[in-house]
Amino acid sequence: MRRIVLGSILPTLFIAIWEISSRSGLLTLESLSRPSDIVRAGIGGLTDGSILVATGQTFETALLGLTFAAVAGIIAGAVLGLSPVLERVVNPTIEALRPIPAVAFIPLALMMFGFGVSMEATIVAYACLWPILIVTISAVRAIEPRLLEVADILEMTFAERLRKIILPAAFARINVSLRVAAGIALVVAVTVEIVLNPRGLGYSLMLAQQSLRVDVMYAQLLWLCVIGYALNALLRNIGPAAIALSRASR
Amino acid sequence: MQLRAERTVPGVAGRTAVPAVSMHKVSLAYGASSPTRRLILEKITLDVREGEFLCIVGPSGSGKTTLLRIFAGLVQPTAGEVRYRGQLVSGPSRERAIIFQDYSKALLPWRSVIGNIALSLEAEGVRPAEQQPIIAALLAKMGLERAANQYPGQLSGGMQQRVQIARCLAQHPKILLMDEPFGALDAMTRQALQDEILALSREQHMTVVFITHDLEEAIYLGDRVAVLGDTPARIVELIDVGLPHPRDQLTTREDPRFLAHRHRLFGLLRRA
Repeated sequence: MRRIVLGSILPTLFIAIWEISSRSGLLTLESLSRPSDIVRAGIGGLTDGSILVATGQTFETALLGLTFAAVAGIIAGAVLGLSPVLERVVNPTIEALRPIPAVAFIPLALMMFGFGVSMEATIVAYACLWPILIVTISAVRAIEPRLLEVADILEMTFAERLRKIILPAAFARINVSLRVAAGIALVVAVTVEIVLNPRGLGYSLMLAQQSLRVDVMYAQLLWLCVIGYALNALLRNIGPAAIALSRASR
Repeated sequence: MQLRAERTVPGVAGRTAVPAVSMHKVSLAYGASSPTRRLILEKITLDVREGEFLCIVGPSGSGKTTLLRIFAGLVQPTAGEVRYRGQLVSGPSRERAIIFQDYSKALLPWRSVIGNIALSLEAEGVRPAEQQPIIAALLAKMGLERAANQYPGQLSGGMQQRVQIARCLAQHPKILLMDEPFGALDAMTRQALQDEILALSREQHMTVVFITHDLEEAIYLGDRVAVLGDTPARIVELIDVGLPHPRDQLTTREDPRFLAHRHRLFGLLRRA
């Protein structure tokens, strides 16, 4: 409680000075709005649903891309982590593709898919794939070899091995990579929307800027901050929750 | 298959039965080219009879573990052949359970004792409803009832090794391959587990191959004891123990035959 009070001194002071100075005419920058106007714009956007619709659209593509990257990255990572030979074959290709910025694929993706969900989700998936793939490879390689021998002796199929040995053993590390990738997914989705995709939070930010609604723009920035924080908190708790759930079911 | 069996066991006089597992001129080397090539096992021929308790002793680093892993099918020999009930071994099988020395690494730390035992049954495709009585029986047999819902990290070494044995029994093996299973345990726990595994193997007529560096353990447990010589390892001696069952930690170890075996093997190992 004390920490919250102490921590909120600076932001409160900052907002107060901002509000007072812009009301008294001391501050007349076009790129600045008043905190009170921003809050009003935010409430307006939330009540008429425009912010929520845009959030839904951004999340839809971000999650779609992330899910795609997670499934592909974890399965490919498990296979490559288990087979050093295959990993040596694939690794140069990974290292060649990985440094290409995902947003550089926007023009190509636009030609392939046109505007809309698939184009954006593809770029999100590309950006999210690498951290998940690379962490999964190293996590699988770090699995205690005895456990894999136990799976050998029990003649487990690859699917069984993946579900019962590999994923639980590598779970903690893979979970971290998913958290990192989720942050990337949001960034990339909003970026694609700002650059050209006419949907989601990025697009409404651009609309607000072009119609000189600075207050709406700030309100949306604030909203992005809130959902980014919420997303991270959610993912941080998914790990322990999943462990508790899997233990309860045993 | 009968013909084949008779052909593969000419060394064992008077025996026409197919051995449980056998090695014929098995060699194993690491490294391909000659300067780095290291021969670990050299032309090992060994039959493990159905239902017997065979102990293999040898100095540490002599390739005992590798030998056992070849029996399990986890390692493929560079030369020679391994047969399980007459058929060539090409990989691991549920019928040949292996109990690792490092029990803490062989258990799934995220599963409870019950969950670890259930792993074998799940792999076999036993339905959850049918798993329960089997697991309950194994928990009782291995004295694990009170630890049933605990996780491996919460258990002592002896208890963890019991869990591993229970999991191996759950896979209904025909052969138990044990790699110095009690080497890391204290003396009291070791003796208790020795007697339990001995009783278990006799009660279920299980074939056991037991690796140890402890001579007395080998003589106490084994129907036969094979002595493995230094690198590259060969079988330097194979003795019939011939001590009566049931064996007893006190009287068996004081038996003159026990002491005679001990003398002989001790001399062999010192030379090996």
